[in-house]
Amino acid sequence: MAVLDAPRIVTSRLDFEDSHTLARYLATGGYTALRKALSMHPEQVAAEVDQASLLGRGGAGFPAGRKWSMLRPSEVAYLVVNGDESEPATFKDHLLVERDPHQLVEGVIIAAYALQVNRAFIYLRGEFALGLERVQAALNEAYDHGALGRDVFGSGFSLDVVVHPGAGAYICGEETALLEGLEGKRGFPRIKPPFFPAAQGLYGEPTVVNNVETMSNLPWIVLNGGAAFAALGAGRSTGTRLFALAGRVNRPGVYEVEMVKNTFRDLIYDPAFGGGVPGDRPVKAFIPGGVSAPWFGPDQLDLPLGQDEVGGQGSMLGSGSVVVLDDTSCAVRAAWRITKFFSRESCGQCTPCREGSGWIERAMYRLEHGGGRVEDLDLLLDLCDNIAPGLTWPPQQTTICVLGPSIPSSVHAAIEMFKDEFLAHVETQGCPFD
Amino acid sequence: MSHLRVDLRQRAEELVALYPRPRSAMLPLLHLVQEQDGYVSPEGIDEVAELTGTTPADVRGTASFYDMFHLEPVGRYVVGVCTNIACLLAGGEELLAHASRRLDCAVGSTTDDGLFTLEETECLADCGHAPCVTVNHRYVRTTTPEAFDAMIDEVRQGRRDHEIPDHGTLVRVRRNGGLRVPDEVIAAERAAAKAARARRLEGAG
Repeated sequence: MAVLDAPRIVTSRLDFEDSHTLARYLATGGYTALRKALSMHPEQVAAEVDQASLLGRGGAGFPAGRKWSMLRPSEVAYLVVNGDESEPATFKDHLLVERDPHQLVEGVIIAAYALQVNRAFIYLRGEFALGLERVQAALNEAYDHGALGRDVFGSGFSLDVVVHPGAGAYICGEETALLEGLEGKRGFPRIKPPFFPAAQGLYGEPTVVNNVETMSNLPWIVLNGGAAFAALGAGRSTGTRLFALAGRVNRPGVYEVEMVKNTFRDLIYDPAFGGGVPGDRPVKAFIPGGVSAPWFGPDQLDLPLGQDEVGGQGSMLGSGSVVVLDDTSCAVRAAWRITKFFSRESCGQCTPCREGSGWIERAMYRLEHGGGRVEDLDLLLDLCDNIAPGLTWPPQQTTICVLGPSIPSSVHAAIEMFKDEFLAHVETQGCPFD
Repeated sequence: MSHLRVDLRQRAEELVALYPRPRSAMLPLLHLVQEQDGYVSPEGIDEVAELTGTTPADVRGTASFYDMFHLEPVGRYVVGVCTNIACLLAGGEELLAHASRRLDCAVGSTTDDGLFTLEETECLADCGHAPCVTVNHRYVRTTTPEAFDAMIDEVRQGRRDHEIPDHGTLVRVRRNGGLRVPDEVIAAERAAAKAARARRLEGAG
């Protein structure tokens, strides 16, 4: 049975039609967390976030408090919010920026105060036209309200926030590529080391990059304390998390779920969440954390929704996107489409990713659309192995960023789990599901 | 003589002023060019180069990296249909094929009357309403062929223009004032930029 008694930390206002306005935000306790934070020492605010054990909600799951502590002391430092949500089937940040932009803005101000930076940028993917309008409107209202600008609420702390539009590039979700986009360049991920923008980020200055959902949790954490947040969930996975559920479910959507206390089965079947599969068909496979994640089969439905719980089973919770395939879904077509995406979005800097994604896409295309050969299975596994040697999890990396090693996940899993289906495609010289 | 209209030129200069370095305004400025010209025009590229202190080749090289920037003219309405994984499982490919027939226009091309350009898109983060359809980056949430047809008819008659503005994702984004960063912060940023330049020169021998 699903556990539904956790507080709604980031979705508490979404039942209101006007949830994006300052009036509604103030009427529901908005900006009281900021006032409380400003009455504390910046280090105390950071300590609460550290205690909360808030894992970054973008995909990598790096603890936000630790990221903050790594910020190199400097005269000039920046806070950058990653709102370039582009991992296929991930649509939680979209909801937060459109429906509760003030919660995001308040989180940004709290983070900037804790870090003592005076400039922040919110990088939103350019396709979020309404999101850009809503966040800018929220910033405008926050300036007028005295929550932003010089001398925030009379505290002496000053902050300016600029909302920056992306322009359609999946790779800009990678934090160093995002910084390149913010510097007005092609979105090429930067060579590591340095591994963390906290040492060398925007314009080479120390920079913290945090995800939209991560920021949106901060007002609640400051108001209720890091301990209250850490009391939710279990182990390293604390608090609640937004899960974007899509694919073959009756009620696709974004659900706020207490970490670890619920399982994939709860998320997919509980009437409060996915409500089951259309026509009560069986789940054939599901992708647990965005298309970069290896797939799971029905025997893993009872796995808890926790970072380490999923990580220990050879995949990841990643971006919080769960995609369900039922027995009417073609595994070859699904894996082909995911590879086509990576092939289109590879930035082209590294050979294994640039060339490998295209090779895999072409082999998968002919399997799905006619022209596939039995040898293609070995060829595909070899290509996957060239990109991520050994096909282990977490994967070995041969490229500057993790887009490369994300490419084999779906193809490798599909071949392992549904080899017969691949052979049937060769047999029929096309898709048996057509 | 500025290629950008007076109001857009002013917005462009305001945008440049918001960033520590002018080049950072590259993407928003290109959105403004697209708002005026419907695509990233050569004249617009020249002006962005001037505003950001770069070259036209540099601007074009940057613009060509990003899918939202059209380097050739497109229709007044760019219709995007997603076929990525969540939409694929909800009939996205079939809806895209339907859209192509309905508009009498191959995917990736523009109708003869110049009204519509049809694109196959990657995930647009609206998978709760799959398959996802956008017009000029506004989510229209028409998931069936019938709803799609009705939407196209309304767009053709101009009845959706209030919710689907022209190109330019920033067309309704307005900031209510300039930069509010204290002077000493800006002075520190300038000093840091100068130091970084000096380090680079030193490194270059």
